[in-house]
Amino acid sequence: MLLDFEKPLVELENRIEELKTYTGEKGIDLGVEIESLEKRALDLKKEIYQNLTPWQRTQLARHAERPNTLDYIKMLFTDWLPLSGDRLFGDDPAIVGGIGKFEGRPVTVIGQVKGHNTKENLARNFGMTHPEGFRKCLHLVQQAAKFRRPVISFIDTPGAYSGIDAEERGQAWAIAGNLYAFAQLKTPLIAVITGEGGSGGALALGVGDALLMMENAVFSVISPEGCAAILWKDASRAPQAAEAMKMTASELLRLGLIDGVVPEPLGGAHRDPQGTAVNLRQELRQILQALQQIDRDTLVELRWKRIRSIGEPK
Amino acid sequence: MFKDLFRKQQKYITVHADTVAQDKGTLWIKCPECGEILYVRELEKNLEVCGKCGHHFRLSAPERLAITLDEDSFQEWDAGLEAIDPLSFPEYQAKLSSAQEATGLRDAILTGEGGILGWPVVVGVLEPHFIMGSMGSVVGEKITRLVMGAIQKKLPLLLFSASGGARMQEGVFSLMQMAKTSAAIARLNEAGILYISVLTDPTTGGVTSSFAALGDIIIAEPGALIGFAGRRVTEQTLNEKLPPDFQTAEFCLKHGLIDLVAPRQEMQAVLAHILSLHSGSQPGISVNS
Repeated sequence: MLLDFEKPLVELENRIEELKTYTGEKGIDLGVEIESLEKRALDLKKEIYQNLTPWQRTQLARHAERPNTLDYIKMLFTDWLPLSGDRLFGDDPAIVGGIGKFEGRPVTVIGQVKGHNTKENLARNFGMTHPEGFRKCLHLVQQAAKFRRPVISFIDTPGAYSGIDAEERGQAWAIAGNLYAFAQLKTPLIAVITGEGGSGGALALGVGDALLMMENAVFSVISPEGCAAILWKDASRAPQAAEAMKMTASELLRLGLIDGVVPEPLGGAHRDPQGTAVNLRQELRQILQALQQIDRDTLVELRWKRIRSIGEPK
Repeated sequence: MFKDLFRKQQKYITVHADTVAQDKGTLWIKCPECGEILYVRELEKNLEVCGKCGHHFRLSAPERLAITLDEDSFQEWDAGLEAIDPLSFPEYQAKLSSAQEATGLRDAILTGEGGILGWPVVVGVLEPHFIMGSMGSVVGEKITRLVMGAIQKKLPLLLFSASGGARMQEGVFSLMQMAKTSAAIARLNEAGILYISVLTDPTTGGVTSSFAALGDIIIAEPGALIGFAGRRVTEQTLNEKLPPDFQTAEFCLKHGLIDLVAPRQEMQAVLAHILSLHSGSQPGISVNS
């Protein structure tokens, strides 16, 4: 799956591979040519990935090969025990949750799962959460508080599901319920937006002590397509809407709306998932260490102070 | 000042209704539900409810306060708060100016304190005619200050919602107001204070998904549009036919999401009833005083 702005780079990389194969087969030394092309590829890579527009980042955030929550769970946690259900209605396949160990310490993990292909996406409802999914998260974080386990939350969703069944089961009520309960949660909660942070459906997993974004993740109150349709009656102007909304990690950090940006290897997380996980692991370790030193009541107060100040007139 | 605001709204009623015509100098409106021709002054006397079919027209914030609170009891809080356009969003400043011009309000909410048949309350009302009653930083901040005031004064909180959701032009700042107002209500809950949430037409998106759904008691007006996603989005999601009462107050009641549906004529009495059940003392004396 190739994004349009990745094409020139991938073509170049393919050419380099061809030459390497040719060298191996024919025994002709093309070392100089290969080296020069590799330098050109690196320069091109830097040029592309260090100058991404908000729309290009949105496309990266939605990339089918981008590591998803299940990939991060495999790369970051050991002793993984997946858990199911909301104790009320059902088990939402768009949400994965359970208990694992992060560097030897038990943690609760919750997160939305987007598929890497159509089959997976259909099974996971494209990461669009139903009310039972939000309630599953609530159940698991309350359990985490009982056992004084920190929570790591992985956000990756186009938005909360908008079907009839979701309305019947109180979609808005489920989201509000999480915002309300997570604010008072007596255990540290770190949320990371790994791909798309789609509005309320994202925020319902995101209220905690630290909100991070991967470098190429995006976070918005409405999709760029939706915004363009409302502003200009033209969803194809999404790239302009993405500019206007300030939805990239670096912009949101600058605006004080998130707490940190986790760097991705050059080329984006999908090109080096292991390297990406290493970076995320470091961030999580540092933040967890700091949060675990704060007593639980103070934690809730600090959380309130942080939330309280957003949009407060200076 | 408050009465002046209301007087300004009297003219505005005739502009925002579905059909307006001037016939020989008499102002009338056609009911969008039953088609009945209603004289504006009659409609006003009927609290903006169609005498024929009971269709509840949308109220402006000053109108809502006028029909709910005891006369001259309202004291406005935080009147001066104004949006700052944190994202320098295209056309936002212009939208704000024209909304201010049209409604006489600085943003999409009026907050303060007042009395309902003697019972003191802290009250906020969203203004559906100000950029669709959308919640941006000012609405979020005013609600939060209102909640903090309720905690400090130990007074019950009453919020009337009428909104298209989070305000797009303030991006994630608007989204975060969902978290902020919900967290404030969590603190109100810890303090043991009553919060009555009244859902009016329309209550959708980020407003329903935050403070509006968190009332101890949730009341809706009959026929009000209440839900999460916009109707068109939901229709397109699965290409399913929507049930006729989809996303109405009655639908919410049926699915266990709200406590009761109260027609506008009864609303003041219902609120007073709830307030009396939450206080051991007489009206005019605040709880714990």
